[in-house]
Amino acid sequence: MKRPGLVKAVLIVLFLIFLIQGGLRLYRHRHFDVPVVTGPGVTRVAHLSDFGPGLKGTMADTLVYFLDGTEPGGKAILMSNTHANEPEGLLAALLMLENAVVEKGSLIIIPQFNNSAGRNTRPGDGYPLYFEIPTDWGLKTFRMGNRDASPLDQWPDPDVYIHYPDRQLLSYIDARNVNRTWPGRPGGPLMEKVTFAAMEIMRREKVDVAVDIHGAETMFPVTNCIVAPEKSNRIATMASLTVKAKEGFDSHVEPSPAGFRGLSHREIGDFSDTLPFLLEAPIPFLDQPTGPKTVKFLLDGKDPFLLSLAQKKKLFVAYDASGWPLEKRVGQHCSVTLEIIRQYSKKNPDRSILVRDIPRYAEIVQNGVGHYFHDPSRAERDRIYPN
Amino acid sequence: MPIIMIFYYLITAYLVVLLAWNFVREKKKTEDMALYLLVLIPLVLRILRLK
Repeated sequence: MKRPGLVKAVLIVLFLIFLIQGGLRLYRHRHFDVPVVTGPGVTRVAHLSDFGPGLKGTMADTLVYFLDGTEPGGKAILMSNTHANEPEGLLAALLMLENAVVEKGSLIIIPQFNNSAGRNTRPGDGYPLYFEIPTDWGLKTFRMGNRDASPLDQWPDPDVYIHYPDRQLLSYIDARNVNRTWPGRPGGPLMEKVTFAAMEIMRREKVDVAVDIHGAETMFPVTNCIVAPEKSNRIATMASLTVKAKEGFDSHVEPSPAGFRGLSHREIGDFSDTLPFLLEAPIPFLDQPTGPKTVKFLLDGKDPFLLSLAQKKKLFVAYDASGWPLEKRVGQHCSVTLEIIRQYSKKNPDRSILVRDIPRYAEIVQNGVGHYFHDPSRAERDRIYPN
Repeated sequence: MPIIMIFYYLITAYLVVLLAWNFVREKKKTEDMALYLLVLIPLVLRILRLK
C-alpha cells in the first residue's frame, strides 16, 4: 500500500460519519417525549418510583396518572406499552387519559409501562423509529419502541432467566420482557422492580381490576382475545359476549395457563386481590412473513403475504384486503376495557366504577384515533406531561 | 448501575482499545482496516450509551 495514512484518514472520516449519523438518531429517539395532554378526568400524576423506590433516576421510571371520581367506588388500573412495539395499547390508553372522566371510583393509567422498551429500537428488523397519527390539528408523532427493555438500562442478559419466585426457567431475553417478570421484587433486575412497583400500586390502592393492553400477531393463536385466569374468567366471558352482541366484533376468552409464570394475567391474580385481564388485538406488523415494516403497514395492517396466508387458512383471525387498521385495534381495546369495567361494576355494585367520555369501537373506527387527541400547542401548560 | 454492568462496560472498552490498536498497526490490508472500524461501531455506541 502506497499511502496508508491517507487510506486510514478516509476510513476514519467514513467511520465518524456512520457513527454520528446513526448515534444521533438513536439518541434523539431515546430522549424523544410524546406530549400527553391530560384530560379533565386526571386528578393527580405520580411516578412509578413513588411505589418502588429502586426505579428512581432510572429510564424505567414512568408516569402514573390517577383519574379519581367524585364518588367513592372501585378502582381499575390500565397498563399499556408493556410491549412497546404494540402501539394500539399505548394509543388506547392515551385516548382514555386525554378524554375520560370518572364519576365513581378511580382509574389509574400507566401508558408507558415499560418506559425503557419504549425508548428502545429494533433496527435489525427494519422497524421505524417513529410513527405519526393524523389528528384534527395536524400529525402527532409517537416513538415506536421494542418488545424488551433497552440493554442500556438492564445488561447483561443472563444465559437463562430464572423467574422469581417460582424459579421457572425462561428464555434469557425474557429478563428484559416486563410481561415475564411479574410479580417482581424490590431488589431484582430493573424489570422486576417495574412489576413490583405496579404490584405495590395494586396492593396499596386496593385495585379491583387490572387491564394490560397488548397486540399480537395474526399467526399467533393467542390473538384477538381477552386472556384471563380462573378468577377473572366470568367477567371476561361476559365482556366478550357483550361486545360481540352489541358491537359486532370478536374478542374471545383465552384461559391464563397456570404453569407459565411471569405473565401479568397470571401473577397479578395470584399475588393480589386484583382481577387481571390481558387484551390482545391483532397487529399484522408483528407477523414474520410480511413485506417491509413500514409506518403505513403499522397503521393499516395491510399486507399481500398475509392475505395469501389467510386464503390458505394459516391465520388465527379473519383477514381480507382491508387489513387490520389501527382504528379497529384501538376501538376494540377501548370497548373491551369499558365492558370489563362495566361487567365488574354490575357484579360488585359497592365497588362499581363509572367512567364516561371514552369513545367505543364504532366511534373510533368512524372518526379515527387521532380525532380524540388534543393539540398540545393550545392546551394549558400544566395539563401537558412529556411522556 | 449494577456492578456486573460496569464490568461489561470495562470489557467493551477493552475490546475498543484492542480493535483501535489493531487498526493503528495495520499498514497493508485496507479491508482489515475497514473491518476493524466496522466492528468498532456498535461497541462505541454502547460505551456512549446510545445503543
